[in-house]
Amino acid sequence: MTRKYLDKYHYSLILLRELVITDFKLRYQGSALGYVWSLLRPLALFAILYVVFVKFLPVVSDAIPHYPVYLLLGIVVWNYFSEVTNNGVGSIVGRGDLIRKLNFPKYVIVLAGSFSALINLALNMIVVAIFALISGVDMSITAVWAPILIIELFVFSLSVAFLLSALFVKLRDVNYIWEVIMQGAFYATPIIYPINIIPVVAQKILILTPPAQIMQDLRHIIVTPHAATIGTIYGSEWMRLVPIGFVAIFAVFAMWYFRKHSKGFAEEV
Amino acid sequence: MTDDQREVAISVNNVSKFFKLPHEKNSSIKSWVTGSLKRRNKGYEVQHALQNVSFDIKKGEFFGIVGRNGSGKSTLLKILAGIYQPTSGNIKTHGRLVPFIELGVGFNPELSGRENVYLNGALLGFTRKEIDTMYDEIVEFAELEKFMDQKLKNYSSGMQVRLAFSVATHAEADILLVDEVLAVGDADFQRKCFNYFKLLKNQGKTVVFVSHDMNAVREYCDRAVLIEKSKIIVEGNVGKVASSYTRMFMEDDSIDKNDAQTKIKKNRWGTKQVQYNSLSVEPKRITQQAKMIEIHVDYEVKSDVKGPVFGFSIKNTAGTIMFGTNTRLQHKDMAAMKEGDKGTITWRIPNILNDGDYVVDVAVANSDETVQYDWWENAKYISVFREQHTSFAVEPAIDVEVSNG
Repeated sequence: MTRKYLDKYHYSLILLRELVITDFKLRYQGSALGYVWSLLRPLALFAILYVVFVKFLPVVSDAIPHYPVYLLLGIVVWNYFSEVTNNGVGSIVGRGDLIRKLNFPKYVIVLAGSFSALINLALNMIVVAIFALISGVDMSITAVWAPILIIELFVFSLSVAFLLSALFVKLRDVNYIWEVIMQGAFYATPIIYPINIIPVVAQKILILTPPAQIMQDLRHIIVTPHAATIGTIYGSEWMRLVPIGFVAIFAVFAMWYFRKHSKGFAEEV
Repeated sequence: MTDDQREVAISVNNVSKFFKLPHEKNSSIKSWVTGSLKRRNKGYEVQHALQNVSFDIKKGEFFGIVGRNGSGKSTLLKILAGIYQPTSGNIKTHGRLVPFIELGVGFNPELSGRENVYLNGALLGFTRKEIDTMYDEIVEFAELEKFMDQKLKNYSSGMQVRLAFSVATHAEADILLVDEVLAVGDADFQRKCFNYFKLLKNQGKTVVFVSHDMNAVREYCDRAVLIEKSKIIVEGNVGKVASSYTRMFMEDDSIDKNDAQTKIKKNRWGTKQVQYNSLSVEPKRITQQAKMIEIHVDYEVKSDVKGPVFGFSIKNTAGTIMFGTNTRLQHKDMAAMKEGDKGTITWRIPNILNDGDYVVDVAVANSDETVQYDWWENAKYISVFREQHTSFAVEPAIDVEVSNG
C-alpha cells in the first residue's frame, strides 16, 4: 500500500518537474529578451508609477521613507498573486487535450503554473533587495520573517488558482469575472498608496484581505517600520490570526473543491 | 480462489456510465442563472453510454473490445484508463497500466523533438534519468537522428507518429490499453505496430485492444467482447465475436456509413465534355448471397464527342485495385455522341470480393484515353459482408474435388 502511494507521488513529481520545465521554455520562446521580460514587466510598471507619484504627486510618496522600494515590493507581491491566479484560471481547460486522454493527478497542472511564477517572484525579490541596498534601507532583523509571509502568499495564491481553475471548467465566464475583480483589487489593495490615507473603517476591512496583509507585513519588516500592519491598525497583534486562519480554511476548502470536481474534468473540459 | 484472483489483470464489475447531456451547455453566467430558475426537469437528457457491463481480463491476455461507433466501447476504454469515473460499479486493475488512447499525448509543436520525448516520457511515468538511458534507442527506432533538435512543428505527421510510437513502445507497463492506434500511419508503420504487438504477446503482457478491424482482432486477440447499444452482447471466443459483429452489419440496413467512408475524400476532375450524373450499386447490401454486383452510371454529353471510353475500377481501402475494365477492353466501341445525349452504363461483376470495404472509381475518356472527360475517384463506397473472412484478396466460387485412388 505504501509502495503504491510512493509510486503515485513519484509520478506526480516527475510530471510536475517536466511541466514546470516546459512552461518555462515555452513562456518566452521566440522573444529576443526572453526571461528578462519577467523582470522588466514589474520594473516598467514600477517606473510609470514612480514617475506619477514621486514627480507629480509627491504628497503621497513623501509620507513614506524609501517610497520607491516600498512601491516596488508592493508591485512584486501583487504581480505574483495576479500571475498565479491568472495563469491558474485557464490552466485545467488549457490542458484539456491531456486530460481527455490520460489519467494523472490534475493538481500537478495548477501547481506547475504556480511554480514558474514562484521563480519569477524569487528573481524579483532579488531586484527588490538591490533597490533596497541602493536607496540605503536599514533592514532590521525582523526581515527573517519574510519566508513565512511568502509561504502564506504561495498558499493563498495557489488556493485561489485551484478554486478558479475548477470553476472555469463548469463556467466559462470565470476568467472575465476574475479579470474585473483583479482590476478593482489592484486599487483596493494598498499597492501604490499608503494604507493610512484612507478612512480607518476601510483600512480595517482592507487589511483583512491576505494580499494586503502580506504586502504590508513585508514592507513593515523589510522596508520601513512606518508601514502599517494588521497589528498596528487594530492595535492588537492577535488580529494576525484572522487572515492566517482565513487562508488555512480557504486553502482546505479550495483543495477539497478541486479534488471533488477533478474526477469529472475529463468529461467537461 | 486466491490463486484465481491473482490471475486477473482487470476486473470490471457491473459498470454503468451515464452522461448528462444538457440541451444547451450552461457554460455562461446568463444561461446558468436563467437556467437554474426554470431548469431541473428538462435541462438535460441522460445518455446511457454503458449499462451493467461486467467481465474479467486475465493476466497475459490479448483482449479485444469490438463495437460500432457510438456503442460505448471508447467510453469503456476511458473508464478502464481511469479517465472517466463510472456512474456505478467498479473496476479493479492489478499492475501498472498505460493507456494509448492516442499516440504522442502532450506533444507540443513549439518544443524540439528531444524535449517532447522527455515530456511525453514523463507523462508515461519516466524520470529524466530513465529517459536518458533509452534516449538513443528511442531516436534510432524512430529513425529521426538528424531531426531531434528541430521543433516538432517542422516534422511531417509521419515523423511525429514515428517518434510518438517509439516512446510508447518503451513504456514499461503490465497492462496496455490500445485504441485503434493502428488506424493511423502507412502500411510500413502498421506492420511495425503489429510486430510490436507480437512482441508484447510473447512477453506475456496484458493488452486491451479496441478496434473496428476484425482481421486484427482475429489475428491477435485471445478473447473479445462485442458491445452494442451500451451492453455486452457477445463475450468470449474471438471468432464468435467477430462473426457476430459482421452479421450485425448485414442485418442492419440503416447502417451504410462507416468510418472509412468519411475518411475517403472524393476527388473528381476532367474536361466534363461527358459527365457522370449519378452512380448506384446493386444490391444495396452485398452479402455472400449476392452472386452479381451491378454498377449503374448515368452519363450526360455536354459537347459533341466521338467514341468515348467508359471504365470503372474497384479498390480496397488500402488503395490496391482489385479489378476493373473499360468499354474499349470489353470491345464495346461507342458511337459518336451529341450534346444533350444521355444514357446509362451497367457493369455486371461476379461477386468475388472478400469481406471488407471497397471503393468504386469510374471514368470516361476520349477514344484513345488521352483526354479525361470525367474521372470520378472514390465515387462510391461499398461494404461486402461475408460470414467468413479469409486472408485471400478475392473469394471466387471455387469448386474442389477430391478423388481417392
